[in-house]
Amino acid sequence: MKNWRQPSVLPGFGLTLGYTLLYLTLIILVPLAALVWRSTGIGWGPFWALAFDQRTLLALRVSFGAALIAAAINVIFGVVVAWVLVRYQFPGRRLLDAIIDLPFALPTAVAGISLAALYAPKGWVGQIFAPLGIKIAFTPLGIVIALIFVGLPFVVRTVQPVMAELDRELEEAAATLGANRLQTLSMVVLPTLVPAILTGFALAFARAVGEYGSVIFIAGNVPYVSEIAPLLIVIRLEEFNYAGATSIACIMLIISFVMLLVINMLQMWSRRRYSNV
Amino acid sequence: MDVKIKNIRKEFARFPALHDLSLDIASGELIALLGPSGSGKTTLLRLIAGLEQPTEGKIFFGDQDASLKSVQERNIGFVFQHYALFRHMTVAENIAFGLKVRPSATRPPKAEIRRRVSELLDMVQLSGLEKRYPTQLSGGQRQRVALARAMAIEPSVLLLDEPFGALDAKVRKELRRWLREFHDRTGHTTVFVTHDQEEALELADRVVVMSQGRIEQVGSADDVYDRPGSPFVFSFIGESAELPVTLSSGQIIFQGHPIGAAEPGEGEGKLFFRPQDVVLTDEQDALFGKVTACRRLAGTRIAEIDIANHGHAYHVEIEVPLDAPVTLGAELRFRPTRWKVFLATQ
Amino acid sequence: MSETASRYRDPAGETAFWRVILTLIAVAFLGIVVVLPLVTVFYEAFRKGSDAFFEAFQEPDAIAAIRLTLTVAAIAVPLNLVFGVAAAWAVAKFEFRGKTFLVTLIDLPFSISPVISGLVYVLLFGAQSYLGPILKSQGIQIIFALPGMVLATIFVTFPFIARELIPLMEEQGTGDEEAALSLGASGWQTFWYVTLPNVKWGLLYGVLLCNARAMGEFGAVSVVSGHVRGLTETMPLHIEILYNEYNFAAAFAVATLLALLALVTLALKTILELRYGDEIAAGRKH
Repeated sequence: MKNWRQPSVLPGFGLTLGYTLLYLTLIILVPLAALVWRSTGIGWGPFWALAFDQRTLLALRVSFGAALIAAAINVIFGVVVAWVLVRYQFPGRRLLDAIIDLPFALPTAVAGISLAALYAPKGWVGQIFAPLGIKIAFTPLGIVIALIFVGLPFVVRTVQPVMAELDRELEEAAATLGANRLQTLSMVVLPTLVPAILTGFALAFARAVGEYGSVIFIAGNVPYVSEIAPLLIVIRLEEFNYAGATSIACIMLIISFVMLLVINMLQMWSRRRYSNV
Repeated sequence: MDVKIKNIRKEFARFPALHDLSLDIASGELIALLGPSGSGKTTLLRLIAGLEQPTEGKIFFGDQDASLKSVQERNIGFVFQHYALFRHMTVAENIAFGLKVRPSATRPPKAEIRRRVSELLDMVQLSGLEKRYPTQLSGGQRQRVALARAMAIEPSVLLLDEPFGALDAKVRKELRRWLREFHDRTGHTTVFVTHDQEEALELADRVVVMSQGRIEQVGSADDVYDRPGSPFVFSFIGESAELPVTLSSGQIIFQGHPIGAAEPGEGEGKLFFRPQDVVLTDEQDALFGKVTACRRLAGTRIAEIDIANHGHAYHVEIEVPLDAPVTLGAELRFRPTRWKVFLATQ
Repeated sequence: MSETASRYRDPAGETAFWRVILTLIAVAFLGIVVVLPLVTVFYEAFRKGSDAFFEAFQEPDAIAAIRLTLTVAAIAVPLNLVFGVAAAWAVAKFEFRGKTFLVTLIDLPFSISPVISGLVYVLLFGAQSYLGPILKSQGIQIIFALPGMVLATIFVTFPFIARELIPLMEEQGTGDEEAALSLGASGWQTFWYVTLPNVKWGLLYGVLLCNARAMGEFGAVSVVSGHVRGLTETMPLHIEILYNEYNFAAAFAVATLLALLALVTLALKTILELRYGDEIAAGRKH
């Protein structure tokens, strides 16, 4: 273990790495360890009972389900948006490109109340759907809307640079070989984007699962129906039910990590399959 | 299939790339487009392929106006400089691509596609590599996959953009010979772009020398080397020396003195000759200058000579016999035996 | 142009028809998903007139919330800045085992729900924890007080600056620093005169994003705040209270401040990207 680092003439390695590890441990690792430790203190039986409580299960289903749907929608439209921004020239393109990051910069609470006002039955968008009998705000549909808002930049910003690097010669080559545009896009362009699309999906999904601020205002928060898991954690905390809060948090962390692991593996597989690097 | 290019003009955002250019390519011919970068040779190739649209003019494939056809319909085989292989497809999938994308009416059955692919792999000597991905191949192998992929659609014309540009010197020479044989065997009308004159002269039936968006000369290797049609061709192909001269009463006059060479015509012009086309002489009517350097080059000796000219000197290089008495700093007199004068008015 | 134009199509592009369709889809999607909510913030804020709008800022609670938000950011951002620079120096300029793992750990807060980020501090320092009573006996309160809110904010914004700097400094290598050292510069001089100028725009970029998130953080801060009006309420929390009291005009009025912060952040970010694109290029991902 002596050669755990390559020698370098630059100074400050010990100081900076030491500080990094200390800060990381104090801010992130110790508190997370506290969560894990507290959850083990609950004991298996009560833990399962808390984690598989009907309300918890449904909250988890709402969180993960809505996040999945929102990420999928973001992949479809995010890819179109990225393509338009990378390939087409039109007035206002720069501005459009800049506002992609708005969901990232706008505080979630602001987005939350704004979306709620917009999609409420009397809001600008809500009143279009209200006569059709479609309620958006205060239903699971509203949660999906909020999560689409939150996840959009993740998809666009991961796919965009890869699109910009695409070699146009590949498309020209496909055309000279007789492929029409649709064939070129589906057989040549799309496969090379798959790893980036999966990454964007994973990021948008991960963010959406844990999202709280933008969702709670529009969700309606009806237990068993439109209550998301992070909100249930907050509710349990307000009830001083620390074991309940801890067990939901643990389940969320575990599911998120497993899903990210799966997506990571998928990504590695697709990178090997589609770009052979 | 023969290709006729008629008065093609191409502008990119007001910047002219090709000026009123015409060229006839016979069926089965192997043609090189040769020129320095920016001469428009790649643009011309892309126009033939239909990857670009001419600003003016027409291109005919046989009797058919190719401008009425899209790239997809032109049925050309295009090999890109960096091959543009599809990285997520195997070698076999790459080669089969052009057949797979055909509409179902003309698409061969799967077994037929497989047979054609293995036939083509055989032809480019890559049998056994069909399951590999492009990144697992060497540069030369990728080049041949690209060629096989282009050949799979049985193109009427084969177009290659700097086919050997991305390869190292040794592979380049091998592939060059191989391409010549390949062409002789298949007999496709082939046009390739290159900036390497050796490549063009060795490989092509006819060389099209291009400069600044114009064709300077079209001809065989002998034509463009021995009978250059313009000052550009003379200086671009092979080694040459260039001096400003005046033609007067049948004599070539340099700096007021005849140099002992006859040429009809009158007026200012430029004298071109090759380093090997000179003799040393003692006569008064000759070119002379100071030897500034002398170097051995394989079987010959090259003398670098500065010909005095008010202030600065004309620098020329000539071949001298190995046994000639050449001293650094001394004066050397010589006379071209073969030359060409291009009058300024021409 | 002659009739030849009709059959030519850009082989690496869609037809004009599809370009228009796709552009319209993209513009419509962004318009509905992003622009409309932004416009709504300002519309709702001024719907009851500008008097109602400015009244919202006369309230002592609102002023306290603004002050607290600035305080939290003023502590959290510099701390993460120091950490980010130290971590980037260690990770980008040296090769050592476990580096990838370390970077993964630094990224960890990105994939943790903000609510959980707050929860972990409640579990660590709260009244029911082992540390809580001990701290309380010393007169130190962390949860439902400023320190807890700062900690939660640091947790959530932890990776921003490090993530911006690491790829950038990796890309720049160690050549410049080695040259400076060989010319007799000390370690600090090297960092100050060579490394820092090379990454200053990337650093600024990271600080901007970190700050925007720090001022706008809601979930994590909400959990540790305890919602004491005028004391432990940041602007986002104040917005929630106003909204739940059906005081929409005031809620949206405070929201406009945060929306303006987001817009300024975006504008600066865009300017940095346009002007110093290559100097922050390595960090275009969030």
